[in-house]
Amino acid sequence: MDKIEIGNSVEQAINYISTEASGFLDAITNGIDFLVIGFQDILLAVNPFVLIGLLAILTYFLMARHHGLFTKAGFKAGFGMAIFIVLGFLLLYGMQFWTEAMQTLALVISSALIALVIGIPLGIWASRNDTLESIVRPILDFMQTMPAFVYLIPAILFFSVGNVPGVVATVVFSLPPAVRLTNLGIRGVAPDVVEASKSFGATPRQLLFKVQIPLAMPTILAGVNQVIMLALSMVVIASMVGAAGLGQAVYKGILKADVGLGFEAGLGIVILAIFLDRVTQALAPKK
Amino acid sequence: MSDKIQIKDLDVIFGRRVKEAKKLVDQGLSKEEVLGKTGCTVAVNNANINIQEGEIFVVMGLSGSGKSTLLRCLNRLIEPTRGTVTLEDIDITKADSAKLRKLRREDMSMVFQHFGLLPHRTVASNVAFGLEINGYPEKERLEKAYKVIDTVGLKGYEEMMTGELSGGMQQRVGLARALANDPEIMLMDEAFSALDPLIRTNMQDELLTLQEKVKKTILFITHDLDEALKLGDRIAIMKDGMIVQTGSPEDILTKPADDYVRSFVENVDRGKIVTAGTVMFNNPERLRLKTAGPATAIRKMRAVGVTSLPVVDENNNFIGFVKDEDMVKLQNEGEKSIEGKVYKELNTVNENVAIADLLPLFLDSALNLAVVDDDNKLKGVVVHSSVIAEMLGKEQEEVKQIREDGLDNVNNEEGGNDNG
Ligand SMILES: Nc1ncnc2c1ncn2[C@@H]1O[C@H](COP(=O)(O)OP(=O)(O)OP(=O)(O)O)[C@@H](O)[C@H]1O
Ligand SMILES: [Mg+2]
Repeated sequence: MDKIEIGNSVEQAINYISTEASGFLDAITNGIDFLVIGFQDILLAVNPFVLIGLLAILTYFLMARHHGLFTKAGFKAGFGMAIFIVLGFLLLYGMQFWTEAMQTLALVISSALIALVIGIPLGIWASRNDTLESIVRPILDFMQTMPAFVYLIPAILFFSVGNVPGVVATVVFSLPPAVRLTNLGIRGVAPDVVEASKSFGATPRQLLFKVQIPLAMPTILAGVNQVIMLALSMVVIASMVGAAGLGQAVYKGILKADVGLGFEAGLGIVILAIFLDRVTQALAPKK
Repeated sequence: MSDKIQIKDLDVIFGRRVKEAKKLVDQGLSKEEVLGKTGCTVAVNNANINIQEGEIFVVMGLSGSGKSTLLRCLNRLIEPTRGTVTLEDIDITKADSAKLRKLRREDMSMVFQHFGLLPHRTVASNVAFGLEINGYPEKERLEKAYKVIDTVGLKGYEEMMTGELSGGMQQRVGLARALANDPEIMLMDEAFSALDPLIRTNMQDELLTLQEKVKKTILFITHDLDEALKLGDRIAIMKDGMIVQTGSPEDILTKPADDYVRSFVENVDRGKIVTAGTVMFNNPERLRLKTAGPATAIRKMRAVGVTSLPVVDENNNFIGFVKDEDMVKLQNEGEKSIEGKVYKELNTVNENVAIADLLPLFLDSALNLAVVDDDNKLKGVVVHSSVIAEMLGKEQEEVKQIREDGLDNVNNEEGGNDNG
């Protein structure tokens, strides 16, 4: 039997799009570049020690609030995490990974931001429209089961190499939880609360903003956390297509079989991961 | 009093093959048959109800009988399949979405079995929710909310989160939220069913007290007959989507329309519901103190087959009772007046007294009980056995029989003891 040429037609489609929609693709490229460079410039413009201090304070505040702002538990959680942040980021600085770490952070923030800006409204829409949900759901399943690398290929074809294809692939890779959990959260709002709100004459918009979104917030924020963690993992992989940051160092370590370099960069990623994870988890106010 | 809400020929059918189901309903098929043939659920079947201004109208029925569905047709949380619901001259079933919103915001509020409060908001903010939706500025709506919270007895809890409150308190919040809009109509779907019995009774009492003040038109859903009888000015009983009987609590108890209603009514504590007015003999045979003599008394007693008669003065004011044995004596003694043998200063009751409260009064004397109006004019006479008959839900003849059997048993036992 002849080989079935799915790959071939996908390739053709991609070629077609990249020539036909070059203006559109350029606009995306410029937008993403602007965003990433912007965040990167801001993060690098601040003195590292000042920034470490600010991040520690932010972390303390969020963690403490999560456990009760002026309680002993809150102080304990916040203080412990703040110490960890100070030490961890000083270590990054000491290993001379500061610039890379900030580049990675800028990429993660940009990608996650785009993913959320697309994903949350899509999730809201899907929660209000069963047809859309039934279309979106299998696509999301498909996206999440595809290996991460696969997203890099069309990304390079459309956007060549560098930060932009990295961000594009990351956005696609980290998008599903935003859609999925927003949809889930809103659909999970107790039906009697929704009914009660309707019975008082709430418009669909009032229902959404005054009732459904606030009540779905913990679930939506869990989605935010997942998006950011997926974005971090993908940004590292995206170094293969030339995205800047700690991933580059890991990549170099692999290519040169330099265990030390690879380990140091890996440690840096772990520090960022813990920071991002705890901070975004703490976004949700505790019950 | 005028009709506030009219529900006319209302059907609600759930499912895909509504058209077919409608036809079958018209042919008079039952809910089960329609379900079997089309897979459609006939939740409400040809309901007709008129609710009067200022009354508490209770709809009662078993689980799944369509009560909630019927209620939700009033504010169109559920769309009726056909039929109309009108509020004064507004046809709610035809209202467009703007008009419907206005109705929901201003004219009718709902209280839910499971409260349906917003857990992320404070008590005050929950109570103010309806006003917020309606665009009132924050200061004004909170002011109103605080007032209503006071009315339902939650003063001091305004800034707590609703999750911190007990069930009873949460439902007060639900009630306050409904009252905050000052609607004319309140829709209450098993509003007290999720509460503990004690708290539930409390809430019922408070609703009644509140209703004295606010005079809303209330449609109250329950599956509990005691609650229905306590709260309802009128009651409708639903079965399989159909309204099988509408009437006052006493109507339902004393004249159940069919076995379904009867089975509901069987276990109820009738003594608290049925009143003296229902069981009394209206306009009874009576004796005028000034004019009647023992002979007249005896003749009248024989004519109606009783052993005692009420005595009144010339203005029909109740004075007392006379007994047949005394009258026979008087006659034998050649007395012309009954004056000397009238039992006076007896208990009398008003028509509205529940029969459970009559029993202790009987125990004071072997005589019948006179029912009088506020000016002490004789209205009727209550006989012991009819009170018992009513309380047991049995026919009076049966009760007499039971009593005689009982007396026989007692006598036999006493005899047995003597022998032993
Ligand atoms: N959305 C719906 N879709 C299909 N069937 C429904 C729907 N809502 C209610 N039903 C059916 O309609 C009938 C009436 O339901 P409804 O909730 O009005 O009963 P109810 O008298 O309020 O019962 P309960 O005392 O349990 O609350 C039931 O047979 C129920 O299964
Ligand atoms: Mg119900």
